[in-house]
Amino acid sequence: MATTTDAPTPSSSSASSSELASLLRQVDPRRRRTDRAMRWIITGAFALAMLPLLSVAWTVVSHGIERFDMYFLTHSMRGVYGGIDAGGIYHAIIGTVEITLFATLISVPIGLLTAIYLVEYGRGHLARAVTFFVDVMTGIPSIVAGLFAYALFAVILGPGIRMGVVGSVALSVLMIPVVVRSSEEMLRLVPNELREAALALGVPRWLVVIKVVLRTAVAGIVTGVMIAIARIIGETAPLLITVGVADSINFNLFEGRMMTLPVYVYRQFQQGLIPCSADDMSCIATITYDRAWAAALTLILLVMLLNLVARLVTRLFAPKTIS
Amino acid sequence: MTATTSPAPPGTEPGGLPEPRRRPSRLRPAGRARTVERGASRVFRWTATSAGALILVVLAAVAVFLVVKAMPALTSTSAELVDSVSFMRNSSSLLDYVGPLVFGTVLAAVLALALAVPVAIAIALFISHYAPRRLASGLGYVVDLLAAVPSVVYGLWGAMVLAPIVQPVWSWLNSTLGWIPFFSGTVSPTGRVILTVGVVLAVMILPIITAVSREVFLQTPRLYEEAALALGATRWEMIRMTVLPFGRSGVVSAAMLGLGRALGETMAVLMILSQGFLYSVLLLVAGQQQTIAANIAAQFPEASDQGMSVLIATGLALFVITLVVNMSARAIVARRKDFSGAN
Amino acid sequence: MAQRIDVKDLNIYYGEFRAVADVAMSVEPRSVTAFIGPSGCGKSTFLRTLNRMHEVIPGARVDGHVEIDGVDLYAPDVDPVAVRRQIGMVFQRPNPFPTMSIADNVLAGVRLNNKRISKGDAQDLVEASLRGANLWNEVKDRLDRPGSGLSGGQQQRLCIARAIAVKPQVLLMDEPCSALDPISTLAIEDLIAELKAEYTIVIVTHNMQQAARVSDRTAFFNLAGQGQPGKLVEVDDTSVIFSAPREQATEDYISGRFG
Repeated sequence: MATTTDAPTPSSSSASSSELASLLRQVDPRRRRTDRAMRWIITGAFALAMLPLLSVAWTVVSHGIERFDMYFLTHSMRGVYGGIDAGGIYHAIIGTVEITLFATLISVPIGLLTAIYLVEYGRGHLARAVTFFVDVMTGIPSIVAGLFAYALFAVILGPGIRMGVVGSVALSVLMIPVVVRSSEEMLRLVPNELREAALALGVPRWLVVIKVVLRTAVAGIVTGVMIAIARIIGETAPLLITVGVADSINFNLFEGRMMTLPVYVYRQFQQGLIPCSADDMSCIATITYDRAWAAALTLILLVMLLNLVARLVTRLFAPKTIS
Repeated sequence: MTATTSPAPPGTEPGGLPEPRRRPSRLRPAGRARTVERGASRVFRWTATSAGALILVVLAAVAVFLVVKAMPALTSTSAELVDSVSFMRNSSSLLDYVGPLVFGTVLAAVLALALAVPVAIAIALFISHYAPRRLASGLGYVVDLLAAVPSVVYGLWGAMVLAPIVQPVWSWLNSTLGWIPFFSGTVSPTGRVILTVGVVLAVMILPIITAVSREVFLQTPRLYEEAALALGATRWEMIRMTVLPFGRSGVVSAAMLGLGRALGETMAVLMILSQGFLYSVLLLVAGQQQTIAANIAAQFPEASDQGMSVLIATGLALFVITLVVNMSARAIVARRKDFSGAN
Repeated sequence: MAQRIDVKDLNIYYGEFRAVADVAMSVEPRSVTAFIGPSGCGKSTFLRTLNRMHEVIPGARVDGHVEIDGVDLYAPDVDPVAVRRQIGMVFQRPNPFPTMSIADNVLAGVRLNNKRISKGDAQDLVEASLRGANLWNEVKDRLDRPGSGLSGGQQQRLCIARAIAVKPQVLLMDEPCSALDPISTLAIEDLIAELKAEYTIVIVTHNMQQAARVSDRTAFFNLAGQGQPGKLVEVDDTSVIFSAPREQATEDYISGRFG
C-alpha cells in the first residue's frame, strides 16, 4: 500500500480562521459571473420563446375578434365578391368537421388495434418493426401525406379527383401514429395484476382486453384521440392539394371540392388587398385579411377547446385505480 | 404466435421454445369455455396483428403510390417535360428543377435548426434545472402550446406581423454585416425572405426539440449531479459536467426530429417566402429560394397531369430526405433507450 | 487542512417536516468521526448539512450554526459553492463521471478553478491523488480509459481521489462501503486510516463493526418514532460508546436489540 506522504497536502495547511473565512466567502469571480450570466441567458431563452406565443395569441384575437360573430359563423362565401362586407366560414366549418371526423373514423380503429397489438400481443420482429415505423410515420411531412392520398385515389379513380374523403385519408396517415402512440402509452399504464386477475377467473384473453384493459384505459385513450384531432384539424397543405377550395356549402364527402377552415385562412390571405375605388363606401380593402384572421381565431379556439375537453376528460374519468 | 394453437402441439414438440410457450400455458383459460372462446380470441388477435401490419403496409403504400404517380415524370425525356410542364420552363431537366428546391428546403430547415436548437436547449434546462419544481410541468405545457398553433396561423402571423417587425433588423444586419455573403445583397423591403421563414420554422420546431431535450435532461442521474456539486461546481458547471454530456445523444436526436419537421413544413414557407429558383445563400433578398413542400402546394392546384407527376417526383425526394433524417433520429433514440435500460 | 467543526443548535427541515432536531457536537481535527444509528434517523441528512449539500434538495433548509474553525458555514456572506470545495464528499454509491476518463475524473474539481493547469502539473496531481487513494498501481496504465470500467471498490477509491485532489479541509463520507464487497470495503477502511493523518474525516455507516474499526469518535443518532425528528443521542470516544455508553438507547442499539 502506498503511503499517504505522496498525497496532495492541502494548500492552506495552516489556514488560519481568517484565511479560511475568506476562502469560504469567495468563489473565483469569473466563475460566479459565468454562472449568473448563464442563469440569465437560460431564463431569457424561456422568455424569448414566450414572445411569439403571446404575439400570435394577441394578434389572432385582436384582429380576429372584429369579424368573429354569428353572421360569420353561419354564412358561406357563396356569391361573395370584391370588397363587399359579407362572407363567412359556415361551409369551411362543415368541411373541416366532416373531413376530420371521417379521418378519425379511419384512424381510431387502426390506431387503437395497433396499440393493442403492441401492448398485448406484440413480440419479435413484427412488433419492433411496427414500433419503429410508427415513429417514422410521425415524421412524414403533411404535404407528402396529401400527395399519397391524391396518388392513391388517382390510381383508382383516375386523375384530377378532388373530394373530401381524399383529404380524410391524407389526414388519417398523419393521425394514425399519434393515436397509436398515445393509446399505447395508456394501455401500458394498466397494471398487469388486473389482466392476470381476470385471466385467472377464466375470462378469455380478448374479453380481458376489451372489458378490463380498454375500460380501464378509456379516459386516457379518449384524451389521446382528442389531442390527435387537435393536431390534425389545423393541417392545411394536404387538404389544399386533395380537397381544393370551394365557396359554397358541400355536405358530401364523396363528391366535389369542399372548403376547410385552414384552407379558408390561406385562401383569404392569398387573395390579398381588394382594390377599392375611392367612392365605393361599402368596399372594405382589407376584408380578406379580416376574414383570414377571424377564421384563424375560430381555428385556434377549436384547437384550444379540443385540448381543454381532453384535459377535462382525463380529470373527470381517470380510473380510480391509477391515482 | 403459438398462443392460440390447440392443446396438441405442446406435446408434439417436446423441446420447443420456452419463451413463447410459457406465456400461453399460463394465460390459457381453464374449463369448458375454452373451445368456445378460442375462435373469438383468435379472431381478435389476428385483427390486432393485422392492424399493426397495416401500418407497415400504409408506409410502403405511401412510397409505392408516390413512385407510381411520379413514374411519368421520371421516365419522360427532359425535352418532353420542359415542353409539357409550364412551371419547368426555365429548367433543362427534372434534376435541374429539383436541385434548387432541395437546396432551398435544406437551407430553410438548417436556418430554423440553427436558431431553434440553442434556444430549445436553454428552455429545456430552464424547465429541468432552473425553474421551481412546482412550476416545471406547467411551463412545459406552455411551451407545448406553441405546437398547438396550426401552421397556417403561423404563416399568417409570419407574413402579416413578424415580417414587418424584422425587416428593419434585417436592414441593419445588411448594413453592418453585409460583408458576410449570407447578409449581402439588396434587402427585401417586405421582410418576406428566407431568414424570416427560418425564424417562424424555428418557433414551430421549438416545442418538439424542447420536449425531447427536457426528458433526457431530467434523466441525468442525481448521483452525478451531486458529485459535481460536492466538488464545488456552480449550477452551470454542474450542468456542463453532467447534464449536457449525458443528454448529448438525446439532444442530437431531438434536433433531427426538429429538422424533419422543418424540412416538410409547407404553409409557413408558402405564405411568407417570396419565392425564387436559385442556388442562393442570400438570406435577406427576395425571390431567391423555394422549398419542395411550398412549391408543391403552390403549383399543384393548377398543374397539368404531367405537371402533377413532376411535383409528386419532388415530393418523393422530400419523403426520402425526411425518412432518412427521422430514421436516424429514431435510431439514436432507440440506442439510447437500450443503454439506459441496461443500467 | 484538518479543521475542527462545531455544530450548534442545528435543526434540519424538509419543507415543514423537521428531520433532525437540536444537534450540538464537535468534530475533532485529524480524526475519524463515525455517525451510527438506525435507518431514517437523519445521520446522512446531518452529514449533508456539513458541506451545504442538504440545500440542493428542493424545499430543504437548515436552522442553526455549523462552524469550521470559528467560521459559520451558514453565515449570509458564505458561498455554498466555496464551502463544498473546502469540505469534500464521498457518496454511498460510487459516482465517477462516466463521460470522463479516469484522469479527467480526478481533475474534474481542479479544472473548475484552474482551467489552464499545465500538463505536467496535471499529471503530478493525478498521480499524487490516485496514490493518496491507494489506486495508482491499479490504474496507472489506463488513465485515459473511462472510470466506469473499474470495479465498484476501485470506483469508490477514484471518487476519494477526486475528492482529495481539490485539497479539501474535511472529507465527508456517506456510507462509502455499503455498495461494496468485503475486500473492497477493507481497502477503503485502510485508506480511511491513512487519510486521517491529513484530513478531518466524518463517516456515516450502517455497519457498527466498521465504526468500531475505523473511527476515533462515534456519534449515535436515533429517532423517537415515525414522523418524529432524529436526534443526536450521544457522542464520545469510540471505545467508550462501544464499551460503556451513557445512554440506554445506545447500548440497546450497539448490542443489536433494535435497529
